[in-house]
Amino acid sequence: MMTIGLQHFLIVSGLLFSLGIFGIMTRKNAVMVLMGIELILNSANINFIAFAKYGNFGYHGQMIALFVIILAAAEAAIALAIVLNIYKNFSTVNVDEVNKLKE
Amino acid sequence: MSIEYFLNSLYLIKPEIVVTTFLVFVVLLDLFSNKRNNLLPFFSILGLLVTGYFVLEQFGLKGLAFVTSDSRAMVSVDSFSAFFKSIVVLSSIYFILMTVYSKEMEETFDRTGEYYTLMFGMVLGMFFMISGSDLILLYLSVELVSLSSYVMAGFAKNSEKSSEASLKYLIYGALSSGLMLFGISLIYGLTASTNLYELNPLLIVSEANSFILMFAMLLIFAGIGYKISAVPFHFWTPDVYEGAPTPVTAYLSVASKAAGFALLIRLIKVSFIAEKDTFGFWIYNPIFNWQDFLVIISVATMTLGNFAALWQKNVKRMLAYSSIAHAGYLLAALAVLSDTGLVAVLVYFAVYLLMNLGAFLIVIFIKNKTGSEELDSYDGIGFSMPFLGVSFTIFLVSLTGLPPTAGFIGKLYLFIALVDAKMFVLAIIALLNSVVSLYYYIRILKHMFLAKPSENSPKEELSAVQFIILFSLVIPVLLFGVYFSPIVELAKNSILLLGF
Repeated sequence: MMTIGLQHFLIVSGLLFSLGIFGIMTRKNAVMVLMGIELILNSANINFIAFAKYGNFGYHGQMIALFVIILAAAEAAIALAIVLNIYKNFSTVNVDEVNKLKE
Repeated sequence: MSIEYFLNSLYLIKPEIVVTTFLVFVVLLDLFSNKRNNLLPFFSILGLLVTGYFVLEQFGLKGLAFVTSDSRAMVSVDSFSAFFKSIVVLSSIYFILMTVYSKEMEETFDRTGEYYTLMFGMVLGMFFMISGSDLILLYLSVELVSLSSYVMAGFAKNSEKSSEASLKYLIYGALSSGLMLFGISLIYGLTASTNLYELNPLLIVSEANSFILMFAMLLIFAGIGYKISAVPFHFWTPDVYEGAPTPVTAYLSVASKAAGFALLIRLIKVSFIAEKDTFGFWIYNPIFNWQDFLVIISVATMTLGNFAALWQKNVKRMLAYSSIAHAGYLLAALAVLSDTGLVAVLVYFAVYLLMNLGAFLIVIFIKNKTGSEELDSYDGIGFSMPFLGVSFTIFLVSLTGLPPTAGFIGKLYLFIALVDAKMFVLAIIALLNSVVSLYYYIRILKHMFLAKPSENSPKEELSAVQFIILFSLVIPVLLFGVYFSPIVELAKNSILLLGF
């Protein structure tokens, strides 16, 4: 039977990170872009916890993950408020159509 | 950990405690008062003055707060952090004054309470960015500053431009801070530590994979580079600076840039520098070649900033590109990686604070009258508003770096540091860039003084207080151009970082 080791976690977090970047680059909907950002934050969280567990670094890494979860919640709250305001002003949440500011 | 130790740590973070207290007071004052509270700006300035007093007290102090084991401290207090904290406090005071006298902010005056709460939140975040010495604390404070400034950038919420600015700021900011966090997680995996002091010995003897370490440092630099708007993380800058309310733009361009630079300098000096030689050059650890890296980034930043500014038609957008270019000069001074280079960075920042705030202040005053910040609307300003025109000229000449203004001193010390380190190519590139920048600054002057004013151009009507605010920036810019030893002495006394 295969045991799950550090590298498996790192592969998952690497995949999440890449998917997050991919989502931010390709999605047009502002909410989808924000979901990409959440993916990046959570991939870092997986890293912290996996390193803390398999490297025997103590609880430091897991504590960091807790902080990041709280921060991600705060960021989501502010981000959604901003997107709502965009919808009120532009009647769209497509990031490509929000382009009043140009050279 | 004994209680005495804890109290000692609290004693070291007095300015941060004061800021937090005033943040709470602002919320309470807003809660128990009517909608439009004219007392809050005064109260906030009072809070900043008290904070400033405690920051000044910290000059010459050396201490580590919240030490957990041998050399692991969360916060380090030294003259260097006191210097940057005073820059933050000063620009916050001007930020409040600009807000009070800005017409475009008037629609938001029923939400003043939130505005000043966010400002105190930003100040707190910047203080911890400046003196924090643990990567996680630094990351959290970068986010504290970012989250507040996203809201600030979109504070005029009925304006399309302002809300677009906040969306763009949010997307770029969240992405770069996400990258930074991922980089920190890799560093944590490689070294089992997130503490800057602990990283130093670990990185030197490290058998860690240097490729991953380099990748992690690049990711961390993404977070910092976004704060100081260095190429290639600058894309948000022109849009946000143009769209955000002008006082917020001025604040972002000085205070949060100062905090970002303080973070970068502390990260490099504490974690990567093992020692310095007899001439004050830092011997950096070969695991990550900061010098070449910073030189490349700085050349890209100043060149792109200056050339993109050439064809801007909006003065705020032009100043945005000019602030990118100034970040490039500052990075060039930092790339020397020596004590002279650090002195040059500090001198440049003190000067940049005055001239950049001054330039934005004038943009606000002119917009109050003309209602526009397009370059064409500046036609004939020099005749219809002579005082503002002349002051703007002084600030623009200073931004170019010509004598007899303070900007010249900043550039002078930059070139001294570069030549001292025999980095002639970089010095020549910086010099040529200054020449390019002359063109677009002078273009504003051309519009102000050589174009005919339109028939119904508004007259200059400044209140006494507005004159005083303006004078308080114009006079130092002229004075420090000729009598600059105080700034230089202050900078030389402030380069003492707790480190090796």
